[in-house]
Amino acid sequence: MLKVKDLRAEIGGKEILKGINLEVRPGEVHAIMGPNGSGKSTLSMVLAGNPAYTVTGGSAEFYGKDLLAMPPETRSHEGLFLGFQYPVEIPGVSMVNFMRAAINAKREYLGQPPVSATEFLKMMREKRAIVELDTKLASRSVNEGFSGGEKKRNEIFQMAMLEPRLSILDETDSGLDIDALRIVANGVNALKSPDNATIVITHYQRLLDYIKPDIVHILYKGRIVMTAGPELALELEERGYDWIKQQVDSQEA
Amino acid sequence: MDAIRQYLELYAGHRELFDNNSAHVLNRLRRDAYAALEGTPLPRLGSENYHITDLTALLSPDFGLNPARVPLDVNPMLSFRCGVPNLSTAVTFMLNDIYAEPEGTALPRHDGIIIGSLRRAAEEHPELVRKYYGTLAGLDNPIAALDTLLVQDGLFVYVPEGVRPERPVQLVNVLQSAMPLMAVRRLLVVLEEDAELQLLVCDHTQNPDNDFLALQTVEIFAGARSRLDIYDIEESTPRTTRLCTTYLRQEEGANVLLDGITLCNGRTRNEYRCTFAGPEGELRLLGMAIEDGERMADTYSVIRHDAPRCHSDELFKYVVDDKARGEFAGLIYVAPGSVKTEAYQANRNIVGSPEARMYSKPQLEIYNDDVKCSHGTATGTFDPKQVFYMRQRGLSEAQAHLLLKQAFMADVIEGVRLPALRERLTQLVEHTFTGTQNGCAACSAACPHNSK
Ligand SMILES: Nc1ncnc2c1ncn2[C@@H]1O[C@H](COP(=O)(O)OP(=O)(O)OP(=O)(O)O)[C@@H](O)[C@H]1O
Ligand SMILES: [Mg+2]
Repeated sequence: MLKVKDLRAEIGGKEILKGINLEVRPGEVHAIMGPNGSGKSTLSMVLAGNPAYTVTGGSAEFYGKDLLAMPPETRSHEGLFLGFQYPVEIPGVSMVNFMRAAINAKREYLGQPPVSATEFLKMMREKRAIVELDTKLASRSVNEGFSGGEKKRNEIFQMAMLEPRLSILDETDSGLDIDALRIVANGVNALKSPDNATIVITHYQRLLDYIKPDIVHILYKGRIVMTAGPELALELEERGYDWIKQQVDSQEA
Repeated sequence: MDAIRQYLELYAGHRELFDNNSAHVLNRLRRDAYAALEGTPLPRLGSENYHITDLTALLSPDFGLNPARVPLDVNPMLSFRCGVPNLSTAVTFMLNDIYAEPEGTALPRHDGIIIGSLRRAAEEHPELVRKYYGTLAGLDNPIAALDTLLVQDGLFVYVPEGVRPERPVQLVNVLQSAMPLMAVRRLLVVLEEDAELQLLVCDHTQNPDNDFLALQTVEIFAGARSRLDIYDIEESTPRTTRLCTTYLRQEEGANVLLDGITLCNGRTRNEYRCTFAGPEGELRLLGMAIEDGERMADTYSVIRHDAPRCHSDELFKYVVDDKARGEFAGLIYVAPGSVKTEAYQANRNIVGSPEARMYSKPQLEIYNDDVKCSHGTATGTFDPKQVFYMRQRGLSEAQAHLLLKQAFMADVIEGVRLPALRERLTQLVEHTFTGTQNGCAACSAACPHNSK
């Protein structure tokens, strides 16, 4: 579904992604790990189309279409979801209005009629239950005054509402307590199907105990420097990144 | 001053026409107004507090006036509905500048309440009207002076001590003419001690292709412990100019909300000149302006804390798009003896396009130490992080901006103390931003005049 080739991108005149290659097929779960500042969030932002970043080379195909040519909302309508590492607060915009607008925008794109009021409320109720999101949160402004963990839960709630084909979850586990981690992971697993795929960006094996990856990548200095099976995450947990950094840095030298 | 000269000549040439079609209490101030206008030049564009309002240019065109009080041949009241769902108001009209009551309107008359034509009130209760008329509106203000020179009628509201009309009062100002027209209105609102009133003023223009100039001067006397809400909503047309000055005097413990809302207009300057004359008063001065195209909204406010322990809270918000321009200049003055004053002023603006302009000048003048005051102004564009977050979830950039603009106005709307009006305003603001309807048509789907 997603084919990324030699993707390069910069922000503030600084090249962050230096040739990313990545292929994701339906039904797969990929984990992307890597030291702080290596470019993981940048990759997710670039795939989602954040205009703050400039793509300087390479390509990305999503179901055969040129992903990089689409505005961010079209990528969303096509089924790409990004769970943000730092979800923004939008005071004054209610979660309900926001979600209704989002769902209807996608429906319009797909040539479907807008969602009816009862249908929408039913959806909200069902999806809220998946991540055990407090009713009160869903009736407040988007992320406003939410705790760190509540924001992450709210990301998964929105993912459930939008039923994406590919979800990129950027450190959705950070800031979650043990119970919340389980709830969020269960939510992700409940939404999993042979037709959709997930990329989880994380620093911890902990999350991968719940969301079992098929493939683990290590991103370092803007490149994917290692790709292996789930055992790689376990090895990282034990050995840290130093051995990989050394390997890569010595090759560079 | 050339722009003013034509009005002075008009008045000098038709003095009897003006006087005979008005009341003595109004006529007796015209001479002073004439002298004031003759003696003072109009403030120039670019001078302090006039960054965008060019009075000379706005007053120069040759507008027709109607001193002979010729009635309209088509009466818009017959079909006009400026309704707020779930809010039953006692409705009166100003057709251009002639007071009119729709047939069958039941205006509150109980307990000595007077609501009606200012001219008639000045004839029937000359002592009462004389006590207040023209006592706040200083003739050093050229707009108030011009209004005083030419005005013949308006709305008079008098609520006696301890009385509260059973319904909010609504004044619908309608501009209707096939030729360029100037309407000169006056509102005089008097609340005695412990009286209450809610007044909703709606400005509409019927002919989008014609030029209008509306002059309005409002004098408000809020007696001790009275409680007053005034909502002033403009939904006119790009070819309508509105110059309005509101004067307010609050006695001890009076609680006043003034809310000025510009949803659709051409060029508007609203001035607010408010004074706490007695202690423990409360004033909430609120406003918003939504400007696009080449429209312009200008707010100038002065809040004088001349008495101790009063509380003022001022908030104005603007969204300016396209080539629109906005200005906010606000002064809070705290007199030496006004201890325990609390005064807050805020002006926040979204400038949505590179060609739009916003001028903002908050000002505090405080002459004692025992006060809590703050002022702040912030003008910016949309937060790109918020916009991207919304687009990631599937909203277009325009939809994201729309939700952010509506959210931006939420606190001004929340300031409305009538729940039904608050709801209506939420819709009106949404309609204005989406541009699905504009002007008067947005105000009321039930207004056949505008659904041509
Ligand atoms: N606006 C910017 N201007 C310049 N450099 C930036 C800007 N934004 C991010 N960077 C840099 O890009 C690099 C990659 O950042 P990114 O957020 O993608 O890392 P990450 O792998 O997600 O890290 P973490 O694990 O801490 O979340 C960092 O060195 C960061 O400082
Ligand atoms: Mg990151």
